[in-house]
Amino acid sequence: MTVDMSQFYEVFFDEAEELLAEAERLLLGIDVAAPDVEQLNAIFRAAHSIKGGAATFGFMDMAEITHVLENLLDKIRKQEMALTNEHVDAFLAAKDVIKMQLDGHRHGSDVDAEQVNDISATLKALSEGQAAVPVEAAPAATAPQASQDTAAQVSALTVSADEQAKGIQLYDVGLPEVTEKDLSNLKDELALLGEVADYQRADNRHALLVKTDSSADDIVSICSFIVDPDALVIQVSGTAPATEAVAAVAPAAPEETAAAPADPGYGFFDNGQAGKPEENSSGKPAVAEEMGYGLFATDGQDQQEEGYGFFAPFKPHPDAPKAQMIGDENAAAALSKATADTAATVPADAPAAPREERRAQARRESDKPSAQNTESSSIRVGIEKVDQLINLVGELVITQAMIEQRVNALDPVENEALINSVSQLTRNTRDLQESVMSIRMMPMDFVFSRFPRMVRDLAGKLGKKVEFVTNGASTELDKSLIERIVDPLTHLVRNSVDHGIEKPEIRRELGKSEIGTLTLSAAHKGGSIVIEVTDDGGGLNRDKILAKAASNGLPVSESMSDTEVFSLIFAPGFSTAEVVTDVSGRGVGMDVVKRNITAMGGNIEIRSALGYGTTISISLPLTLAILDGMSVSLDKSIYVVPLNLIIETLQPRAEDLKTVTGEGLMVHVRGEYLPIIALHALFNHPTEITDPTEGVLLILEADGKKSALFVDRLVGQQQVVIKSLETNFKRIPGVSGATIMGDGSVALILDVPAITQMGQTTNYVTGGSAFANQNYSNLKNHINA
Amino acid sequence: MSTTSEMANQGNNAVSALKMAAGEYLTFVLGNEQYGIEILKVQEIRGYDAVTQIANMPAFIKGVINLRGKIVPIVDLRIKFNLGKIEYNEFTVVIILNLNGRIVGIVVDGVSDVRELREEHLREVPALVTRIDTKYIVGLATIEQEMLILVDIEKLMSSSEMELMDAVIH
Repeated sequence: MTVDMSQFYEVFFDEAEELLAEAERLLLGIDVAAPDVEQLNAIFRAAHSIKGGAATFGFMDMAEITHVLENLLDKIRKQEMALTNEHVDAFLAAKDVIKMQLDGHRHGSDVDAEQVNDISATLKALSEGQAAVPVEAAPAATAPQASQDTAAQVSALTVSADEQAKGIQLYDVGLPEVTEKDLSNLKDELALLGEVADYQRADNRHALLVKTDSSADDIVSICSFIVDPDALVIQVSGTAPATEAVAAVAPAAPEETAAAPADPGYGFFDNGQAGKPEENSSGKPAVAEEMGYGLFATDGQDQQEEGYGFFAPFKPHPDAPKAQMIGDENAAAALSKATADTAATVPADAPAAPREERRAQARRESDKPSAQNTESSSIRVGIEKVDQLINLVGELVITQAMIEQRVNALDPVENEALINSVSQLTRNTRDLQESVMSIRMMPMDFVFSRFPRMVRDLAGKLGKKVEFVTNGASTELDKSLIERIVDPLTHLVRNSVDHGIEKPEIRRELGKSEIGTLTLSAAHKGGSIVIEVTDDGGGLNRDKILAKAASNGLPVSESMSDTEVFSLIFAPGFSTAEVVTDVSGRGVGMDVVKRNITAMGGNIEIRSALGYGTTISISLPLTLAILDGMSVSLDKSIYVVPLNLIIETLQPRAEDLKTVTGEGLMVHVRGEYLPIIALHALFNHPTEITDPTEGVLLILEADGKKSALFVDRLVGQQQVVIKSLETNFKRIPGVSGATIMGDGSVALILDVPAITQMGQTTNYVTGGSAFANQNYSNLKNHINA
Repeated sequence: MSTTSEMANQGNNAVSALKMAAGEYLTFVLGNEQYGIEILKVQEIRGYDAVTQIANMPAFIKGVINLRGKIVPIVDLRIKFNLGKIEYNEFTVVIILNLNGRIVGIVVDGVSDVRELREEHLREVPALVTRIDTKYIVGLATIEQEMLILVDIEKLMSSSEMELMDAVIH
C-alpha cells in the first residue's frame, strides 16, 4: 500500500513558507562583518529542512536550488568562506525564487525558469569561486593537523572582559575516550550553546572548548546524550588575551539557575541534571586538569548534513535549547564580533565594535517580543465567526443599555435590588465587549515585519546606509485597521528613506553617523494607538515649505506654528510640481496618506527639526467598529457626528453671520469666514430652528477645509457601534453608516467629508423660502404623515 | 382552448413560467387589491414603528429600522403603487423579506393568508400599463372569486425603480 503524500502537501507548504520567512528575517538581521554563527546555523537549518521536505514530496526543482543554497551556506557557516553582502543578496534572491517555486506548486502560479537558473548559477559561482580561498585568520579555518600552538587557540576562542561582563564563559570540557563520530556529534550539539573548538590533550584524549553564556550544567546535560556525564571534566577557562583584563568576574547568565563559577580559574560543578536516563549518579566530575596545548581547528565535514544531532536539523528541543537561543542572541552576537575582531587584528576596528554591538542588540531587543509571541499557543478561527461574535456582543450592549434606561425610570428605593443587578450586568457587559473586541486585535508585527526588507532594498538602491529599528511590534490593533495602515506606512517609510535620510557622504559632512536610523514604533496612548515613523535625516525646512505653499496659492503666514506649516505638505499636489531639495517628494502622495488615515478615523501629525530628523506620528482609534461620536438633533431625529472631526461647537451671535448676495451664509469665527452648512436644508428635513443663532454650529474639519454644520441641538457625546447601511440598503450621500441608540432607535452617522462637499456644491440659504421645490414638499408630506 | 399556433407558443412559455410559480404564497392587501408573494421570501411579519427617516430619498422609502441589530430599509408599497389611504396605526403591517441575504421591509395594509397555489390556479398577465412594469408580475390567480396578483418580489425589490440598491449593481 502506498501512502498518499498529497495529504501532507499543505503541511509542507505551510512549514516551508514559515521557514522561508524565518530565513529572510535572519538574513536581514545578520551582521555581514561579523555574522552570528547561531544565525547562520538557523538559516542553514531552514534551507536544509526545505530541501529535505521538497525532496520527500518530489518537488525536485526546489530541492535542487535549496541544495545549492545549502552548500554555500554550509561553507560560510563553517567559516571556510567569509560572508559578504553579495552572499546576503544572493540568499535573499534565492529565498524569493524558492518562494516562487513554492507558490508554483501550491497555487499553480507561474515560475520564471530563467530566474531559477540565474540564481542557481549565481549560487554555484559563489560557492565554487571562493571555496578555494579560505578566509585567512578566520578562527576555525580548516587546519587538519594540530598546530600545538597555544597562541592559536587563544586567538580562536577567547572571552574578552566585555563578554565576561555579559556572562559569557569559556569552558574547557575534557572528554572521555570517544569515537570520531561521537566527537563530531558532540560538537554539533554544543554549537547550539555557543562557539566550539576541539583539541587533543597530551594524553590523547579530546577536549572541547565551549564559549557560551550557558552554565556548565547545560553543557553536561547536552553531552549526557552522547557520553557518560560522569566522565566529563569541565573547567572554566579564564584564558583571555594579555591585553584584556583577566580578572573580570563573569556574572551569572540571566537564565542560569545553577550557581555560576565566580572563579575564572576553577570550577566545581555538581552533576546537577537529575533524572537524566543515562546518569548513574556517582558523584561529581573530576576537577579539570590544566588546559591542553594545541588547537585542532574543526574539520567540519558535513556534520550537520548527516543529521545525527538530537536537535538537528531544524526543530530544536522545545524547551532548553530554544530558550537559550533566544537568550544567547546578544551573547552570540558579541562573541562572533569579538572573534572577528581578534582575528582581523586591526586595531582601528576596536572602537567601532561596542557601538556596532549596541546597534545589533537594540535591533534584536526589539525582535524578541515578536519571537515570543509566535510561540504562544493559539487557535485559528474564521474571521466571520469573530465578526458575528462581535456583532452579537454589540447587540447585547444595546439591549443592556435599553434595560438600563428603563430601569433608571423606576423608583430607586422600591427597586433597589433590580437596579443593583442591572448595574452589575452593565459592568459584565462592558468587560465582555472589551474581551471580544480584543479577539480581532493583531500585533503590529504583521505590518512591521514587511519593512526591513523594503528598507534594505531601497537603501541599497539609493546608496544609503539605513539601520531599521522597530519598537512596540507587539502593540495590538484591530485587524481591519492593520490591513489599511500598510499602504500609508509603506509610503511614509519609503519617503523617509528616500528623502529623509541623507547619503552617507552628506551625513559624514554634517558630523552624523554614516548610518541613518529609521525607527518604526507603535504604542498605546489613551484610547488610541500611536504609530510613528522617525528618521534622523535632514528634517523639514519650514521656510521652503512656506515659500512653496505661498507659490501654490495656499493661505500662509509667517506666524503659523511649525505644526501648521508642516501639515501644509499634506495639501493635495503640494511639492509634486517641482523638486524642492530637502522637502522634495515629501508631499507626493502625502495627501493620499492623510486621506487614508482620516478615513480610518485617525490623525496624522509631523514633528521635525531641520538637520535632525522628522517624526510622522499617526494616531488611530483602537477599532473601526466603535466610534466616538457627538449626537446632535435635528427636529426629532438624532444624527451622530464623528468626534475627531469636530474642532469646536458654538452658538453664533447674529453679528457674526455674514452673507454673500444674500445667500451663501457664513460665520465669522476667530478671523476666519466659514461656510455654514445647514443640515436641515441639506437633508430636506424640516425643523423649527432655521436661524443659526437659535441652534448650534459644529466647526468641522475635513480634507483640510473647515466648515460650520448647523444643527438644532447637541444631545451628548457617546461611543457608538457602527453598522453598515449597505448590508441591506445602499450608500446614502452624506451618511457613512448607522448606529443603534440606547432606546433601540436608529441614528445615522454623518459622513463629514461628503457633507462638506455637498455643502460646497449645493446652493441654498438657511431660511425656509428656498425649499419650495417638488421634491421637498413630497418629502415634507410623507414625513408629516 | 382554441388558440392560434403563435399564441400557443406564447402560452407554452407562459405555462412553464407559471409552473415555476406554483407554490405557497403569502397574500396581503394593498388598497382594494390582493397581492401574493412567495412565502419562502418572507422572514417575519411585524408592526410598524420607529422608522428613522433618511434624507433625500423617494417618498416610498420610509427609512430604516433596527431589526435586532440589523439596519433594515422600509419601503411603503402603498406609496409606490399609489394605493389605499396612507395611514400608520397599530394595524399597519410590515412584512420583512429576506431576499438572497438582503433584508428589506415592506409596508402593506394588511396580511391575509397563506395559500397554496397550483398550476391550474394560475393565469398569465395580459399586457397592461400600470404603476409597475408587468415583468414583475409572475401571474394572476383566482381564489374564491377574488383575483390575486402574484409579484416576483425579489425582482421588484432589486429593480432600479425601487432605489434600494446602489446603482452599480445594475
